[in-house]
Amino acid sequence: MTVDTMAAIRQTFFQECEEQLSEMEVGLLAMDEGNADSETVNAVFRAVHSIKGGAGAFKLTALVQFAHTFETALDLVRGGKLAPTPEVMKPMLRAADVLSDLVEASRDGREIDESSYASIAEDVKALTVIEGEAEEEEVIDFQPAVIDIGGPEVAPEPEGPKLHEYRIKFTPRPELYANANEASLIIRELSRLGQIEVNCDTSGVLDLDAVDPAGAYLSWDIKLNSEVPIESVREIFEFVDGEADINIETDGQPEVSAADIASLLALALGGNSTSETPAETAEAAPEMAKEPANEAASASSALTETPKNVAVQAQTTIRVEFDRVDRLINLVGELVINQAMLSQRVVEANFAGSSSVVIGLEELEQLTREIQESVMAIRAQPVKPLFQRMSRIVREVADATGKEVRLKTDGEATEVDKTVVERLAEPLTHMIRNAVDHGIETPEERVAAGKPPEGTVRLSAAHRSGRIVIEISDDGAGINRAKVRASAIKKGLISPDAQLSDSDIDNLLFLPGFSTAATISAISGRGVGMDVVKRSIQALGGRISISSRPGQGSTFSMSLPLTLAVLDGMAVSVAGQTLVVPLTAIVETLKPKNGELHGLGAEGRVMAIRNTFVPLIDVGTQLGFRDTPADPERSVAILVETGGGARNALLVDSIQDQRQVVIKSLETNYGTVAGIAAATILGDGRVALILDVDALVTGTFEDHLGESLRFGT
Amino acid sequence: MTQTILTIDDSRTMRDMLRMALVEAGFNVLQAEDGVHGLEVLQTAMPDVIVTDINMPKMDGFGVIEAVRKDPKYRRVPILVLTTESDAAKKMRAKEAGATGWIVKPFEPTKLIAAIRRVAA
Repeated sequence: MTVDTMAAIRQTFFQECEEQLSEMEVGLLAMDEGNADSETVNAVFRAVHSIKGGAGAFKLTALVQFAHTFETALDLVRGGKLAPTPEVMKPMLRAADVLSDLVEASRDGREIDESSYASIAEDVKALTVIEGEAEEEEVIDFQPAVIDIGGPEVAPEPEGPKLHEYRIKFTPRPELYANANEASLIIRELSRLGQIEVNCDTSGVLDLDAVDPAGAYLSWDIKLNSEVPIESVREIFEFVDGEADINIETDGQPEVSAADIASLLALALGGNSTSETPAETAEAAPEMAKEPANEAASASSALTETPKNVAVQAQTTIRVEFDRVDRLINLVGELVINQAMLSQRVVEANFAGSSSVVIGLEELEQLTREIQESVMAIRAQPVKPLFQRMSRIVREVADATGKEVRLKTDGEATEVDKTVVERLAEPLTHMIRNAVDHGIETPEERVAAGKPPEGTVRLSAAHRSGRIVIEISDDGAGINRAKVRASAIKKGLISPDAQLSDSDIDNLLFLPGFSTAATISAISGRGVGMDVVKRSIQALGGRISISSRPGQGSTFSMSLPLTLAVLDGMAVSVAGQTLVVPLTAIVETLKPKNGELHGLGAEGRVMAIRNTFVPLIDVGTQLGFRDTPADPERSVAILVETGGGARNALLVDSIQDQRQVVIKSLETNYGTVAGIAAATILGDGRVALILDVDALVTGTFEDHLGESLRFGT
Repeated sequence: MTQTILTIDDSRTMRDMLRMALVEAGFNVLQAEDGVHGLEVLQTAMPDVIVTDINMPKMDGFGVIEAVRKDPKYRRVPILVLTTESDAAKKMRAKEAGATGWIVKPFEPTKLIAAIRRVAA
């Protein structure tokens, strides 16, 4: 095979490994929870087995060896010899982690120091030693495969060109034919080894009336002159050993002894003749062929009569490179913009609503939208693999901190854009670490608090009003607000006399550099705080909020857009500019009256909305579109809610409409602008900026109320 | 006449390897992902040799062999089983079920082709 095809298969192998690993993980977790039905155990076994099989072909020795150890233990569970108790499942789950690491290392061409996982390998190996059974010597029956086609069909023998004369007596039994072997084909193969002389012995043939079509009546005496050693001759008979009487004599060597036949059989049947004594094998061999071939067969030639339809394999999926999908998505984005422009032109041209142009355009609009949705769906992926990775994090952190924690997941089938899934991995990992490290108490503390010793971390995903909501909750101690507050004061993040609600205090966790852990642990305290988590979520157009109840645990809730390519927004006018406010941030729109507005400090203003005051942000001055504040009476207020849950009113001149816009990155095409998330192209071809509501609101707080209240947004 | 080989294996890697090796050796290749799928393919095709994995979801290799041998139309089709180890018990069970021969994984393409030639008419 060429290097290219091998590289392609290698890629397939690692892709498949990912799937197998995920299957294995799901199965092991089910087993750990007590659902060790045979289908589950089999699936796990098969996954590890497949990885080993493929790894063998690529000579990934370390991977093969570890997979073999793991597989041996799984096979015992499969055979009911090893019960999947928690004591057994623990090393198994750890072994799964090692296997993942080894696959990853193999894929990247790295080597993992064997000592780093030797203890886990030992633990798993220990599982395979069952009391009362002798420990079997590990024989990894793997010959590194040489993937190279085009060599000679029969390997040249290094023995030199000595000519042997073989005399073979070959008497097939009915089983040989029943299993679709053919005496003639075996003779044909023998003839390829050298000069051959074949005599058919027909003395066994009965009268036609007495002939059983499934019977075997012929035998052959074959004289073969060949340079190949006897092993090569035996190999020809490999498949029919139990199905025929075979006697091979060669020059200088008398009759092949019974022991020889036995070892030959052992070789053919098992390769590993040390595990069985020859005598046992010799007994076993006829057993295997005992089943009578009692089918009424019409002898040969059925094969050639049937037409050979070359059916194409029915597949339900195809593999496409992401570049192609992304290109398609970009093009569809352009299509949407183009269609919007065309619509605008048609409106400007004053066609009648009933004209075919307008009707045709409406259809085009509908189609464009459908195409867009379909294309977006291509990039959608379930969060399942992401969630699966988290169970490993939970295990590792729980082990390192001496806690007992179980991860429960929900809504794994929920789909979201691939990029969102990918970019969620890091913040999610961090939050899960936090939940176990800081949230869940030690078993002793839990028991003292009247809880079960094992803590639970829940991870759930669900679609909610066009967004995906991911929640991480723990049943731990909840946020220690007094401690958080004290720490924030000590770090100078808030003033000692700041009036803070519970929610305000919880949100302090999102401030840069905040950490309540007395000592920074190796697990959560990796220099990454919740502020980074929040920023990552915001960068995805998401919001994160926290809620906590003392003694009962905390919940982090993230709401993210399903795609990063389009956005539902409200187009508004500010100082002659069109801006887009993401619809997800908007609570309601209001027409402010003078009596509802109150000054706060030198420049700040608040707006009274149903007995509460919310800060009013004049978008025009805030973004520098104009110097003088807008007249609220001739403006519109948009009540928005930020990721932190705080509400603010954005003052704009007027509302244009609600529309879906194609997001164009501002960073890529221009640069980062505070308060602006991205840009889009309008129907008239002009660029409109998409507001970053959180940044806009946060900026206001910094300007007007000072750093100390920043968390409150 | 070009011979057709049906391979039944749930591993995509293995399917790819089998296909590459067989195509390069000049065979037509049909592929199925598990036993049930394999029997479906057999509804419309008559391969010269069937190469099947043993451990597969839905229907394993033994199931395939038994089903094929029960059907008068296919009982003369040689079946080679893929075994990862040269597992004596598995080979014996396959033989009992009606397998023609076996190929030990990871296979060398030359060995695979040689095994097929040995059983293909």
